[in-house]
Amino acid sequence: MFDIKELETIEHDVLVVGAGGAGIRAAIECAKRGMNTGMISKSLLGKAHTVMAEGGMAAALGNVDSRDNWKIHFRDTMRGGKFLNQWRMAELHARQAPDRVRELEDMGAVFDRTKDGLINQRNFGGHRYPRLAHVGDRTGLEMIRTLQDFCVHQGIATHMECIALDVLTTNGAVNGLVAYWRDTGRFVLFKTKAIIFATGGAGRAWSVTSNSWEYTGDGAAMAYRSGAELMDLEFTQFHPTGMVWPPSVKGILVTEGVRGEGGILFNNKNERFMFNYIPEKFATETADTIEESEKWFDGDNDARRPPELLTRDVVARAIMNEVKEGRGSEHGGVYLDIASRRPADYIKKKLPSMYHQFKELAEVDITADAMEVGPTLHYFMGGIRVNHDTQQTNVPGLFACGECAAGLHGANRLGGNSLSDLLVFGKLAGEHASDYASKNQFKEINSQAVESIIRKNTNILNREDGPNPYALNKKIQSVMNNHVGIVREENELKEGIAKLNSLKEEIKNVKADSASQYNPGWNLAIDINNMIVACEAVAKSALERKESRGGHTRIDFPDENKECLDFNLVIKKDDDGSMHVRKEPRKQPPDELSSIAYATLEELENA
Amino acid sequence: MPKRTFKVWRGEGDNGEFKDYTVNVDKGMVVLDAIHNIQAEHAGDLAVRWNCKAGKCGSCSVEINGKPRLGCMTRLNEFDENETITVEPLKSFPTIKDLVTDVSWNYTQNQRIKPFNPRPREKDGNHYMMQRDVDRIQEFRKCIECYLCQDVCHVIREQNQKDKFVGPRFMLRLASLEMHPLDQEDRIDDIKNKYGSGMCNITRCCTDVCPEHIQITDNSIIPLKERVVDRYYDPVKRLFSKLFSKK
Repeated sequence: MFDIKELETIEHDVLVVGAGGAGIRAAIECAKRGMNTGMISKSLLGKAHTVMAEGGMAAALGNVDSRDNWKIHFRDTMRGGKFLNQWRMAELHARQAPDRVRELEDMGAVFDRTKDGLINQRNFGGHRYPRLAHVGDRTGLEMIRTLQDFCVHQGIATHMECIALDVLTTNGAVNGLVAYWRDTGRFVLFKTKAIIFATGGAGRAWSVTSNSWEYTGDGAAMAYRSGAELMDLEFTQFHPTGMVWPPSVKGILVTEGVRGEGGILFNNKNERFMFNYIPEKFATETADTIEESEKWFDGDNDARRPPELLTRDVVARAIMNEVKEGRGSEHGGVYLDIASRRPADYIKKKLPSMYHQFKELAEVDITADAMEVGPTLHYFMGGIRVNHDTQQTNVPGLFACGECAAGLHGANRLGGNSLSDLLVFGKLAGEHASDYASKNQFKEINSQAVESIIRKNTNILNREDGPNPYALNKKIQSVMNNHVGIVREENELKEGIAKLNSLKEEIKNVKADSASQYNPGWNLAIDINNMIVACEAVAKSALERKESRGGHTRIDFPDENKECLDFNLVIKKDDDGSMHVRKEPRKQPPDELSSIAYATLEELENA
Repeated sequence: MPKRTFKVWRGEGDNGEFKDYTVNVDKGMVVLDAIHNIQAEHAGDLAVRWNCKAGKCGSCSVEINGKPRLGCMTRLNEFDENETITVEPLKSFPTIKDLVTDVSWNYTQNQRIKPFNPRPREKDGNHYMMQRDVDRIQEFRKCIECYLCQDVCHVIREQNQKDKFVGPRFMLRLASLEMHPLDQEDRIDDIKNKYGSGMCNITRCCTDVCPEHIQITDNSIIPLKERVVDRYYDPVKRLFSKLFSKK
């Protein structure tokens, strides 16, 4: 018989799920506000996917070009997101990012410096000015280590290799969470007043991805099961430059910093093909000749930006098209060249980990030869729907921040806006969750709900027979790659959804071998139960959005449709348990914000 | 597709044995890929840590043919075609299961170190630091905490003196704090007395295994040892520091 009293139980005012940049920043804020704060993470502390962020953290500090200010950052973010962003979130982000960068410096981060000794900033796709505070090409590592070293002195209880299973609620409000320890396989109950999800995306559902094993949509799926709404799931970012060769490294990220530092893309005809793909919307601000783009790289303020630095969605689609039309590289990508453009020493100083990565994994010396690159699933713009001021979901006491939350990036995220997102909204989530927790009490836990969560997950080990989790994971990845990939189409999507439906049935019977102690097969079997929810949400939203916009490209609806700008797609679990997609009308933005977003650069530069 | 045989340590705690697995290998594969193939095809419960698969997170530290390495950065083509590749857990830490060890001791060491304590910002709200003044600690901050240096260090590995020495990883961390242009804390006494700088006898094994190629010994441990020597064993400086204590 199940007895809840025998279950290990830990109490926290606020429990943070996930220990990447957003999770740690949220936990720090809660601790600062006197909360008894716990933080759980699938991996060891300091290993979250944040370490993979390379290029930098966007903030309008204006250290390199003093014309920059928050309004231009806001405008760039809205334009990059094709105006589907939540206006208020884009505003908060642009306004607060500089303070979050400075705060990180006060915690010990050591950014690269300008010649005057200030934090240096680099160019990146879609950002009008050099805006990314960075440390070579390992900015994410700098961020996570700084937060980690700071947080261990803040009295936060850090529970490593502890994996969340599901949220518990009373009368619809959060009161706890069931998790398990990876090493022992034992279950643990967290009693809590508020929960902050900072669980990242679900990139692991594609076979070509830059994401690690942790990115299985856990937060989105748990939130969904607990009644929370998801939003903008059709917008998945394919980073234009992932490694394509050798096969074992396919998908690993090649930072946009390569292009920010002067790298160019060309095809097997030696053409700088990006000049052929400049969207009308960006035409007035993009160089249309090689000469002008070279001038810009040389620091000419009057020259326009090279097309290699257009937003990620544009560059990824261009690369796809070059390959499709037979102008691709030997292994199905295109060429990215920095070797002929910058001295070897400079490349090694500014892009050390790219140098290292290509040398060791692909036997390519990027100071001598071009890299081969192609699109890789990198980021979820969509995720858990949150209040744009408080980061709270529609489930009282449940908050979300970072990649797992929707809203800031709209249809497409600008490079560099993720690291700043983590800190800005990590802090805000911590603030508002603490506020909520202070006004609420611990509530009685429903022992039956706990038992059913535990039973569902132990059944995976106990059943006699069933499909192998690794094989199922591969099947999911192939469905998503083939049917819900970078270019989508109605029949493909319908077929994909049908395949996902049958996979859902198979997953119900998934079987992992052996015992529960540190058993990756069992861990994966649990994860794919979450992954399939995220996949269904992406596929259904993609089917519903009948246009191409940002990270969502429909071959049958190749253009942006003005009417589709009137809504975001919201997903909720229906009473009958099925997934419901609805069009949520967008509210009119405040006049001030809309005038900034549609202003000319000249108007804002002199503001 | 060619096949290869791997000897992989299987077991819990102190009990275990090597098991042989033969899997297909593809061009460009690394040891971690082979481990993943073994999981998918033969042993779903084979425990291993990994995250980024690109040498950036330091999760997949193991011993490959007896040497501490990252599984994700060790290519199969460095080994002879018929050579059996042996993969086992880090020896300096207790094994939890298979290739996963309990590295919590390292987290405890980090927590013992006096945190960063920056000087106030300038009046204009900025901190000013010149690139040449941060180059050296930026090298230390490349550390991915794979703990390969901790694993190979004699003091920890052979002498098991974890109570006397924090190990190369945390000497590096101490150096990154002590040499931080903004930091105001003084950790020299602790470096000698609490963290055991005298235990290191500069064999440079840590530097040899560092996947980030950080000059741990020459650039961080030796300078810290020198600072300790200056304070404790240089009579003039000793007097000076007594009179005007602070670094």
